[in-house]
Amino acid sequence: MRLLFGTVFALAIAAAVGLGATWMALTRGSAYGGVNIGAWTGWPKNGTLGIDPYARATVARTGELPVGSGDGVAFYARTDDVGLPLDGRCDVLLSGTTPQARFWTITLYNPEGRLVANSTQRQGFTSQEIIRNADGSFEILVAPRARPGNWLPTGGVEKYLLVLRLYDTPIGMGSRTGSEAPMPSITKRACL
Amino acid sequence: MIRLALWLLGALLLAGVVHLATVLLLPRMATQDAYARVSGIAPINTVIAIPPPTPEKALMPFMDPAFQVSVCRYDLSQGPLKFSVPITQAYTSVSFYTRSDVAYYAINDRAAGRKVIELDLMTAAQRAELPENEEITAADRLIVASPTTTGLIVIRALAPESGWIPAVRNALAAAQCRMQ
Repeated sequence: MRLLFGTVFALAIAAAVGLGATWMALTRGSAYGGVNIGAWTGWPKNGTLGIDPYARATVARTGELPVGSGDGVAFYARTDDVGLPLDGRCDVLLSGTTPQARFWTITLYNPEGRLVANSTQRQGFTSQEIIRNADGSFEILVAPRARPGNWLPTGGVEKYLLVLRLYDTPIGMGSRTGSEAPMPSITKRACL
Repeated sequence: MIRLALWLLGALLLAGVVHLATVLLLPRMATQDAYARVSGIAPINTVIAIPPPTPEKALMPFMDPAFQVSVCRYDLSQGPLKFSVPITQAYTSVSFYTRSDVAYYAINDRAAGRKVIELDLMTAAQRAELPENEEITAADRLIVASPTTTGLIVIRALAPESGWIPAVRNALAAAQCRMQ
């Protein structure tokens, strides 16, 4: 009787903890193996045959295709530089420069990876569209209401994330720390 | 008390096994992965344009809206494929994914160094069967070996400004992926 009870107890715990751990690992976005630069995290290895099993499972679950390493690298930001989650009801300033790349794009998604609807049909910028300062740096204002200059509308959504994709770039496998790569800073300003 | 601790230890070890097994098996079991999504619209060994993502509808999550994308869902079981796409003014890349969505090779227009990205796609076994004398010409022929018999070729072309979209689409429409 005790054996039966123990077995059922152990199996129940094993199933709950094991499946729970899998769910957590795949939905929270495992941070390991990533290259962190400021608020940005990229997983250059995900675009190669060396992709780790967790990233493979995540990709299989979400249905996305990772950017191939001969193509480019994607960096994701879910928070600002001090770690506060990006909130579409606040004004957020992106400023600085990007690492060397032939082209880059910056895009705003909701947490599920969908584009966010807004009145201007703008979901991002390409390196060619952006208005730059004289020194080549740029500022993008990610804000719910219209702003002069490079305005990236949030559509007022509660949560969003920014994806900076660098195409034809030397950044990737070689740079583990990424300390030498300049990424745009993310600063939160006033909220609605 | 000790008995309970032992049961708990056993349970946790088993939990680890469950966790690892589910993580490793999930890519094989997934029914909504990118390959499955593409299969819904793309016949075998044909280049198909993927509709650009909109807030309402997107074939896959996290698609870059600045790009026009076409895809060839390949099946090498009947023989190798010839693939070609003319490059666009801005930026064109071709990425190869296995049946389980692992990117195993990608090349861009600059790396290809020509007006047309041209290559032969085959399995490792088909490559090994290539006649010897063809090895000589292989120097100017790009051969990509696919780790799986089926998979995806994804062509991405950047439209840096929205006015470029028609020209970029035209270039992608000329992409070919067919049996030799």
